[in-house]
Amino acid sequence: MPAIEAEHLYKVFGRRARDGVTRLRQGATQQELNEQDGLTAAVIDASFTVEEGEIFVVMGLSGSGKSTLLRMVNGLLEPTAGSVTLMGANVTSAPPKTLRRIRRERVSMVFQHFALLPHRTVLENAAYGLETQGIGKAERARRAAEALELCGLGGWGDKLPGELSGGMQQRVGLARALAADTDILLMDEAFSALDPLIRRGMQDQLLELQSRLKKTILFITHDLNEAMRLGDRIAMMRNGRIVQIGTAEEILNDPANDYVARFIQDVDRSRVLTASSIMEPPVAVLRSEQGPRAAHKLMRENQLDTLLVVDRDRRIRGTVGEQTVVRAVETGTTGVEGLLERSVPTVSPDTVIADLLAEAADSEVPLAVVDEQERLVGVIPRVTLLTALSNTSATSEGGPDGEAQTDSATDPQPDPPAASAHDAEVPA
Amino acid sequence: MTHTAIDLPRLPIGDWCAAVVLWAQENLGPILDAIYSVLRALDDKLAAGLHVVPALLMAVILGLVAWAASSWKLGVGTLLGMLLISTMGMWDEAMDTLSLVIVCSVVAMAFALPIGVAAARYEAVSHVVRPVLDFMQTLPVFVYLIPAVLLFGIGVVPGMVATIVFAMPPGVRLTELGIRQVDREVVEAGHAFGAAPRRILTRIQVPLAMPTIMAGVNQVIMLALSMVVVAGMVGAGGLGALVYQGITTMDMPLGFEGGIAVVILAMFLDRITAGLAGRSPVARVSKATARA
Ligand SMILES: Nc1ncnc2c1ncn2[C@@H]1O[C@H](COP(=O)(O)OP(=O)(O)OP(=O)(O)O)[C@@H](O)[C@H]1O
Ligand SMILES: [Mg+2]
Repeated sequence: MPAIEAEHLYKVFGRRARDGVTRLRQGATQQELNEQDGLTAAVIDASFTVEEGEIFVVMGLSGSGKSTLLRMVNGLLEPTAGSVTLMGANVTSAPPKTLRRIRRERVSMVFQHFALLPHRTVLENAAYGLETQGIGKAERARRAAEALELCGLGGWGDKLPGELSGGMQQRVGLARALAADTDILLMDEAFSALDPLIRRGMQDQLLELQSRLKKTILFITHDLNEAMRLGDRIAMMRNGRIVQIGTAEEILNDPANDYVARFIQDVDRSRVLTASSIMEPPVAVLRSEQGPRAAHKLMRENQLDTLLVVDRDRRIRGTVGEQTVVRAVETGTTGVEGLLERSVPTVSPDTVIADLLAEAADSEVPLAVVDEQERLVGVIPRVTLLTALSNTSATSEGGPDGEAQTDSATDPQPDPPAASAHDAEVPA
Repeated sequence: MTHTAIDLPRLPIGDWCAAVVLWAQENLGPILDAIYSVLRALDDKLAAGLHVVPALLMAVILGLVAWAASSWKLGVGTLLGMLLISTMGMWDEAMDTLSLVIVCSVVAMAFALPIGVAAARYEAVSHVVRPVLDFMQTLPVFVYLIPAVLLFGIGVVPGMVATIVFAMPPGVRLTELGIRQVDREVVEAGHAFGAAPRRILTRIQVPLAMPTIMAGVNQVIMLALSMVVVAGMVGAGGLGALVYQGITTMDMPLGFEGGIAVVILAMFLDRITAGLAGRSPVARVSKATARA
């Protein structure tokens, strides 16, 4: 069951809004509706689903209808047409009492302009969601203080919101939503008022929190870099319509139209593309039960001076260098266990390219990309990394090996068939 | 310029109004009686309470109230003012007036708050209430007294009814305004976290509207005071009766002294309600923000 399901949502402001929806369905544009009927079509035919535990980002310029869309998700605004379902419960048709229960128990919201209660202390504000949930005072204070601490506001609980800076107020709004501890979080430009450094920190924290608590997050932003950093999937909005939904890589590599293409023009790709999208199949890999001769052959065939060595489960054991191998062959040593260099730089498939640089800088061997079970899924030779970097700033095509990138991007843990075939050829 | 009316049949509006009053007199007897006894009882109780305390002690108490609500300066000023009233020999009348003002203001606000809240929430209510308030506020004060006397006879109660009706409009208006002014997103935040409308009203809207509502209370009290003096003419007693007596007997000293006593009460009531308004949480917030 998806956590959030929006079906053909429309929101038209003005008199006789329903007629506006009919006109839009017949093909009228937002502009025509505004000029001829005096109606504001803020959201037009928006459909999307957000799976449980997913971060779904809605991205678009100012006035594109993002906040309006978000407000329909928790029923603050009633859609002019269409419906919203949260964890299987229909929000749009819910009677007021049910709707209030859904809001208390399932979904909390961070407001674009904070919307703090100015007459209550920061702590009381952070505890507000818990208060409406009917939780006792002591427990409330404890959990609110925790949430404030998490948002870097420990010790500010006794102040009034008006005494805090904009960025701090925004974090109080964040703490209020986190303290409520609902499964779904709606965040309307939740980091927009923060300094770049704090903003990065909060993004990291959100990602960390998300991976730990598996919240479902609907996040709104007009900052594409933020969208790409946070979003498992991104919906691009323009003039009230969702024009494309996809992962950051899908949108970068295959923008749905010129609008999206122009939008992503100056994205820093090195912060968006990940290891999995540039890694290569680990062709020249030695299995640990193989010997120095096999290693030597593999090196010659692939013109390499180091080899990765993995065990049966494709877990990395280490590397062997050319000279050691040659010497071992001469002395007739069997097995490579004794020859292994243990320090191998490994990265996860989700590491962004920018972060690969530091790893690659002080390493002779290619970077090894490993999955959560530490199994080898790909390698990134230094030359591949450099090619990728030179492409990231230039074209929107993804470079000459763009095809390969898309393939591995859609299949994050490819079983490297080439490698196993190669292994089989090597005599023991 | 001639004063002949336009050639239309004359509408007997005055007669209609009178007819409504007469109809009420005949048919709403039990209700009128109930209103009468409630208002009477409230005023009697409070006045009796104010009279029990000796003048000097009462002056000190009022001074302390003023100090608590505002500042020590106002406290001292109040004490001196009250002593002045006492030396003019108008203490009992002043207490009668104070009692009337307090009861009428409380009753007026008791009506004004829910009406104002309803007007803020429902456009339709606002549309109906607004012209009625205009009417209530602009009708010359004496005009209230006629139907009030017809319905309740001569005495304290018609004066109180007229006062309540006359003083209520700013209470309604400023309550509506205050609640409408509350930041829409803050109210939305209440909804977003699943608070019930009643709690949003009592925990968010009313507290945030408090400075404006208190400005309304202040105006209600000032209007009530001015009307209570006028009501002295129909036997409501208090300082109004003294002033009226001064006017009718051309007793200038009496008129002046009564007037001065009214001014002292007015200043006292005005300053302490203003002081209380400055103590609402929101006012404290804006002060705190200004400091920061
Ligand atoms: N209550 C309303 N009444 C009338 N028009 C509205 C209302 N709320 C929003 N709109 C209009 O709907 C459109 C979309 O507004 P919305 O706030 O959803 O945009 P947004 O994408 O959140 O923009 P921003 O990035 O500036 O927050 C705008 O043209 C706005 O003027
Ligand atoms: Mg917005």
